Amino acid sequence: MLYRIILFLGFFAAFQTTYAATSNCLTCHREFEDKSGPSYKITQDIHFQKGLGCVDCHGGDATLDDMDAVRAQKNWRGVPNHLQVPEFCARCHSNAKYMHNHNPMLPTDQLEKYKTSVHGKRLFRKKDMKVANCISCHTVHEINNAKAPHSSTYPLNVPFTCGKCHANAKYMKGYNIPTDQLEDFKQSVHGQALLVKKDLGAPACNSCHGNHGAAPPGVQSLAAVCGNCHAIEADLFDNSPHKVAFEENDYPMCETCHSNHKIVKPNDSFVGDKKPALCVECHSYDDGTNGLATAKAISRALSELVATQAQAKKVLDNAALKGMMTTDEEFRLNEVNQVLIHARSLVHTINADSVVAEAEKGIKKADTVKINASALIGEYYFRRKGLALATLFITILAIALYIKIKRVDKKLAGK
Amino acid sequence: MNNKDNVQSGLVKNVYRWIDDRFQINALVDYMSHKEVPVHRHSAFYYFGGIALFLFIVQVITGILLLMYYRPGADSAYESVRFIITNVSFGWLIRALHSWSANLMIFAVFVHMFSVYFTSAYRKPRELTWVSGMLLLALALFFGFSGYLLPWNQLSFFATRVGTGMAGIAPVIGEKLLIILRGGEEVTGATIGRFFGLHVAILPGIFTVLLSAHLIFIQRQGMSEPLEWKNKGAHEKRYIKFFPSFLMRDLLVWLIVLNVLAVLAVVFPDGIGLVHWPLGIKADPFAPPPAVIRPEWYFMFAFQALKFLPAHILFIEGELLGMGVFTVGGIIWALVPFLDKKSSKGQKSKFFQAFGCFVLAFIIVMTFLGYILK
Repeated sequence: MLYRIILFLGFFAAFQTTYAATSNCLTCHREFEDKSGPSYKITQDIHFQKGLGCVDCHGGDATLDDMDAVRAQKNWRGVPNHLQVPEFCARCHSNAKYMHNHNPMLPTDQLEKYKTSVHGKRLFRKKDMKVANCISCHTVHEINNAKAPHSSTYPLNVPFTCGKCHANAKYMKGYNIPTDQLEDFKQSVHGQALLVKKDLGAPACNSCHGNHGAAPPGVQSLAAVCGNCHAIEADLFDNSPHKVAFEENDYPMCETCHSNHKIVKPNDSFVGDKKPALCVECHSYDDGTNGLATAKAISRALSELVATQAQAKKVLDNAALKGMMTTDEEFRLNEVNQVLIHARSLVHTINADSVVAEAEKGIKKADTVKINASALIGEYYFRRKGLALATLFITILAIALYIKIKRVDKKLAGK
Repeated sequence: MNNKDNVQSGLVKNVYRWIDDRFQINALVDYMSHKEVPVHRHSAFYYFGGIALFLFIVQVITGILLLMYYRPGADSAYESVRFIITNVSFGWLIRALHSWSANLMIFAVFVHMFSVYFTSAYRKPRELTWVSGMLLLALALFFGFSGYLLPWNQLSFFATRVGTGMAGIAPVIGEKLLIILRGGEEVTGATIGRFFGLHVAILPGIFTVLLSAHLIFIQRQGMSEPLEWKNKGAHEKRYIKFFPSFLMRDLLVWLIVLNVLAVLAVVFPDGIGLVHWPLGIKADPFAPPPAVIRPEWYFMFAFQALKFLPAHILFIEGELLGMGVFTVGGIIWALVPFLDKKSSKGQKSKFFQAFGCFVLAFIIVMTFLGYILK
């Protein structure tokens, strides 16, 4: 392994030396740039590492040592301005044939998608030079594969890459959009999973907004966006009375109850006929929808299941503490948890009967756990009593034998 | 004596006479009544052989009961043990008694061995009693090793892989020995089959033959008298009759051990501290090994000593050299009665006493280090 690493580094160093030796761009630019300049940073760039040089993007002739002569070359493209950057990058990245030779896995529709994004629309239509273009997110001269942990587009870094502009109130002034998304996201269940637990499967900004075609999901498409991951809940919601009601009132589907960037872990207090339940925000007992009665029934069913589950766990923990074998009941209690998760999903149906039926299934299982765990505790005391009896019996036997030994000794001593 | 006692006494006598007519047991009782056991300050150690025997009997009985439900095999061993401790009436108790008596038996055997060693009781004419005892110890250790794998849990799987792997480093025969032990190159269901066969049939068979020989030797030769009695007059020596005095005392000790065993099995069915055998999770050859793989406590001294050895000592592999030293050491230990010429003349050998102290200290220190060092 070490041999391979050395070999790789050797080739890499040799390649860089070769390129640097044949490229007058680096030779000259390094004379007046410090270590943070493009001529140094470029060695960390994926394009450079794949064998592309300065002239592949900027044009010119790397063998020339006179900058005026370089600029005079027909293919000279120089440094693009903010507006030109997307087309500049797209020269290769939208060329399917060219990209096929370098990275067939990479899509070539980034520019097309960018044009549909809020960023692209503002840049091309309004010539807004503040909006993000390719290099705003991907950086320049140190671009890296999104799979590289140090890349600005690596999932764990995406919220901060977006937040560079979107969390900067001064920079975002005039756009009339909030700048607390990053802070909200950090506190959300998604942000905790991504940034604290380092779960790369958790969503970052681009998971909901798209990346090159970044745009806020519309009211109608919100359920579809969330439903990409939360498919079961989205399906249940689509068949619920809320679907029609939300559409009629132009309420964003999931966001109405769960918020958007600051999506906290849902809990059972979300549902009910009293505050802090979210149902009371829209419903009242006299609104003619039966909404609060349904919410109350759902809330009661879930509470009963949670309470029974907790009681079962308490008895089971007690049995385990006493050293009893509780594996089977632990499995059963896990099943109760699965039922509870399913019952909570069913809340999206806004159908009290289905939630109550599921909760009863869980309560029945939890009751079985309670009964069996109590039996284990009973067994524990039975064992103790049995032991006490057995020990007493053996001790009496031992004392009797001891007395007999003494008598026999006395008898033998007398002979 | 009332009428009822007379009737009972008469009945017992008649049965005894009926048996004696056919098997002449009177001669045996007469022989035992004349046999005497020395009484001195170390007499308590005479009972450890009996304790080991009692615990072996418990092993056999509980082992047979476990056998009724245990199913060897990679797909059934773990499940059957789980069934025994969760569903079978008193299955948990039988398993706990089997495990506790196994550990206590090995402990009793060690105490018995060192008490015999330090009192030079192995001296002429009891050389073969010592050698048979050594073979019984080796078999008892192999009983422990083979039984450890049978629940087929994660810890037993990896400990057996390490244990059998050590056999594989032996020169010339190592590779073959490893394959014979494992039933293949890896620890698999085939290994359970082999270990099960060894544990319930082959080892008990050999053990019973050797144990019978060991007991016959003891009965024929009686208990060894302390070396210092050589210069004592007859009036200074005290004895008790083997039958009934010693036998009844033995029985009393067995009852006490049974009581201790019952308390341990009920209060700590999965063992406690360093001596524990929770069923845990099922063996998975593809799972990462547990953070700490430790052998049973009675193998710990050897395991730790081998860990201390460097990878190579001169041109020999460290582990191989260590195994070689243990093998030669074990053979020397078994042949001590033939090497210790002084004791056969009734004198205590300082060299062999020091050797015994060294071995005992080595076992205690290495075992201790094995548990405290990470």
